[in-house]
Amino acid sequence: MIYREAGQFQTTYSGDMRIFPIRQDRIAAGLLLGIAFLVVPFVGNDYWFGAILIPFLILSLAALGLNLLTGYAGQISLGSAAFMAVGAFAAFNLMLRVQGLSVLLAFAGAGLVAAGVGLVFGLPSLRIKGFYLAVTSLAAQFSIEWVLTRFPWFTNHNPSGVISAQKIVILGLRFDTPVRRYLLTLAIVALLALAAKNLVRSRVGRAWMAVRDMDVAAEVIGIPMLRTKLTAFAVSSFYCGVAGALWAFAYLGTVEPQAFDLNRSFQILFMIIIGGMGSILGSFLGAAFIVLLPILLNVATHALLPASVSGSLTSNLELIVFGGLIVFFLALEPHGLARLWQIGKEKLRLWPFPH
Amino acid sequence: MDWSFFVEVLVGGLLAGVMYSLVALGFVLIYKASGVFNFAQGAMVFAAALVFARLREKGVGLLPAALLTLALLVAFAFGVEKLVLRPLVNQPPIALFMATIGLAFLIEGIAQGVLGAQVHSLDIGVSDVPIQVRGIAISKFDLFSAGVAAILVAALALFFSRTRTGRALRAVADDHQAALAVGIPLQRIWAIVWSVAGFVALVAGVLWGCRIGVQFSLTFLALKALPVLILGGFESIPGAIVGGLIVGASEKLAEVYLGPRIGSGLENWFPYVLAVVFLLVRPEGLFGERRIERV
Amino acid sequence: MKHAATRIGFLALLAGAALAPRLSAQEQFIPMPSYRVGPYAAGGTGVFGGFIDYLDMLNLRDKGINGVKLTWEECETEYKNDRGVECYERLKGKGPTGAAVFNFLSTGITYAVIERATADKIPVVSIGYGRTDASDGRVFPYVFPLITNYWSQNTAKIRFIGMKEGGMDKLKGKKIVNLHHGSAYGKETIPVLDLQAKKYGFTVTHIEVAHPGNEQESQWLQIRQLKPDWVILRGWGVMNPVALKTAAKVGYPRDHIIGVWWSGAEEDVEPAGEAAIGYIAAGFHPSGTDFPVMKEVQKYVYSGGHKGNLEDLSRFGKTYYNRGIITGIINTEAIRTAQAKFGKKPLTGEQVRWGLENLNIDDKRLKELGAVGLLQPVKASCKDHEGGGAIKFQQWDGKKWNVITDWIPSDQSIVRPMIEESAAAYAREKGITPRDCSKE
Repeated sequence: MIYREAGQFQTTYSGDMRIFPIRQDRIAAGLLLGIAFLVVPFVGNDYWFGAILIPFLILSLAALGLNLLTGYAGQISLGSAAFMAVGAFAAFNLMLRVQGLSVLLAFAGAGLVAAGVGLVFGLPSLRIKGFYLAVTSLAAQFSIEWVLTRFPWFTNHNPSGVISAQKIVILGLRFDTPVRRYLLTLAIVALLALAAKNLVRSRVGRAWMAVRDMDVAAEVIGIPMLRTKLTAFAVSSFYCGVAGALWAFAYLGTVEPQAFDLNRSFQILFMIIIGGMGSILGSFLGAAFIVLLPILLNVATHALLPASVSGSLTSNLELIVFGGLIVFFLALEPHGLARLWQIGKEKLRLWPFPH
Repeated sequence: MDWSFFVEVLVGGLLAGVMYSLVALGFVLIYKASGVFNFAQGAMVFAAALVFARLREKGVGLLPAALLTLALLVAFAFGVEKLVLRPLVNQPPIALFMATIGLAFLIEGIAQGVLGAQVHSLDIGVSDVPIQVRGIAISKFDLFSAGVAAILVAALALFFSRTRTGRALRAVADDHQAALAVGIPLQRIWAIVWSVAGFVALVAGVLWGCRIGVQFSLTFLALKALPVLILGGFESIPGAIVGGLIVGASEKLAEVYLGPRIGSGLENWFPYVLAVVFLLVRPEGLFGERRIERV
Repeated sequence: MKHAATRIGFLALLAGAALAPRLSAQEQFIPMPSYRVGPYAAGGTGVFGGFIDYLDMLNLRDKGINGVKLTWEECETEYKNDRGVECYERLKGKGPTGAAVFNFLSTGITYAVIERATADKIPVVSIGYGRTDASDGRVFPYVFPLITNYWSQNTAKIRFIGMKEGGMDKLKGKKIVNLHHGSAYGKETIPVLDLQAKKYGFTVTHIEVAHPGNEQESQWLQIRQLKPDWVILRGWGVMNPVALKTAAKVGYPRDHIIGVWWSGAEEDVEPAGEAAIGYIAAGFHPSGTDFPVMKEVQKYVYSGGHKGNLEDLSRFGKTYYNRGIITGIINTEAIRTAQAKFGKKPLTGEQVRWGLENLNIDDKRLKELGAVGLLQPVKASCKDHEGGGAIKFQQWDGKKWNVITDWIPSDQSIVRPMIEESAAAYAREKGITPRDCSKE
């Protein structure tokens, strides 16, 4: 009833090509952004900003990056955390060694450095496919981790190998409270998500999807393999690099190479698989699932179970429930939460009629 | 150039590599039969070793403990087949991969929740005292493991090529739906494969548990198995052994001879970089099946 | 039938929730950001178990600290930095006066939380780990790496080696290998060892073991070639038993291997079996139950139908558990010290910080606590947030750890300048003006 497009006609090409051609979608998206930018800063508290929303946003960004590479371009990568690490350390070193550099430029620079590194590690994709490529990305993961630990130059010769990110000051405004950092992160993520959405709707995105579906055929019809695949790696690594820089500057404030280890890469991969590969929305849904669910479980188990139940049992229970839910959701919808959302929207269009 | 030192490092590496292959074998089995990359294999190795260690601590004999653990693993295999694989039949491999990840969390949570987070030592009666062969020290335990691995590989290779079930497994690996059409009982085959993989996990878990103690880090062995799989090919059993030997030897030699020059601690990334270089030359691994893509 | 059961179950749950203790006004809340799953669960369950049991004992025996009941809540960090930060944010405001003090048992999480905690005015205690240069309280007013830090420990180790060799002058020309874990933690003692090598004339070779350290053959074969006089084992988790087993395989005498205190728990040596007998490890506290305070915990917490935090009772008195007990002692003594100044009521983080900075556990107090020999005298100050610095060495005999030395003090003449330099660099980087201790 509510979600009907009957009566909505497009009279211009630009109207037809919109991201949200249906008015209800536009209203919903506008509402969401409005709440995120205007309402949440006033109702949230430190805990929500500092521990829930900011990591969720940053990891959605990384998941977005990985989704571009794996979901849209079909190149499986298990090294996304390593590119986050490159971004974090690059941003730190740029701020450290280039006098008077603006933080936003440092973030962009970090993304570019990560993109460069991603390009290098993307070269094997021209010859290797599928799971084998995934393992290649593991080479990236481990060697980058090793390089960052081995050469003290990256950590400015800190004896414990942990870098402490500089303060964020943009145009004289200090971003040191959780609210401000949240807004900064939200702005950057929203911007990059918009860019990603447009990217996948463009020629580049279509080339990626062609490569994903059948790369031999894609090459036959004239899509340049080298350029397409490397662009995917570069853009994806750019996103991961910016996410890593945000992680260091806007979230934790300190970074050690171990924060971006294999577990983090797997975590990001889980996000896009659960959320839905090949979907921008899916990256956000998956990130929400993976970031929020363990915390929810932790709070729930402590609230529901009496205090006499041992701490170890509750912690292990969380793991069990988490693993069980993953299997359950996959059995329910192997294409991820985004697909569930899509099905939901389809049903909404017909509601209250069954068909 | 100190040759006896070189040989010592080489032999040590080869034997360590055999231990890696043991873990890799479990992956190969499941991938061969169901096309699923079983991320939970590392967790299975850990859980099997933990159950076995706890049974032994309670005083159960070697063979009964092994059989009991095996029974548990078989029950687990049937459970997995019914609750995880059946609902996800014919789904894209990435979904199945993700499901095995969920499974890994489940196994880890249950194992440590029920059996505790303590570290256990394991002893199956083979000592680790080195024997001297022409001035080179070789560990008795490593030789024993190599022997066990050899027997296991031979048995599995025979199983796949000579028995009916083995052939059925290969058919299933090729195409699930075609195998169903020919009348091969898919569900039972999968349960069998996961049971065999569980058995391999038990062997690997016990041997590694004796070596480093039964603790959570056993799950990380799966990561070492990946370059082994790449080098040997995901679907090949002898490939797992050869891959293991290469990975073990090369990583040790690199650590000893390259480490002092470019920085130690190479062992994590060297096998992977080696695997990448290898793949550039031979994208399916040494013994992997050549895939021909048609438009 | 099924519905009835569900309904009863649900009601029971509600009843349980309703009967759950409500925080009343006279309570001091201590957060417990523990880790009970994952590869380091053995350490987490042991230390937090001991910590909780000690607090429990105080509640049962003394009704808390001067009548203020102690309450706590656990939050699983899984030893991950981001989970640790989330636990910090979740727990920092709980209780009538907010969280009193945080103990994370993780260097990574401690680092990640330092700035937030300083801004929120809640102290962070990191006993035997954490940010070493936070020992300089002028730059880090809210961070307390109490009892001893890694650099102090290292100098005490070299002193111990010197003792074994017959004098510090005999160190000249000796070879020492630093076998360390491939992480920030592992690399932390490289500079202090290099400094001492220059000072005393021994050669030190640093050999790294890639995380997690399941395989160390190549490293130990290298060590065998080098033929060092001593090997310092700076391991973590599985690296420890593997190191000992591999050492036995290559024939290196295990009584010349000296481990740090994260390589000196029962869980680190038991899997190595026979290969660990004779191995020496440093520690800032011994294991064992032969201390009056341990007997008190046994009496109040583990008998009379009351259940302690440990699930496996054989862990009582083992290294990690005892570490938890002294964590409990340090934290509660700080609260007690603060209460003496601010009144016998629930205190804020800022007030507990004062208590930590003015912590003075002398021999007399140790006797009253029943912890003589378990804990060394600790005296913190504005400048010195370490407050102790001495190490004891234990040797494993296959069944338990036996203490083989008395308290060996660290060499602050080496450590302190390094700490101050590092802290000053941090202060410059962050634009912090170090406090002037004479004015406070």
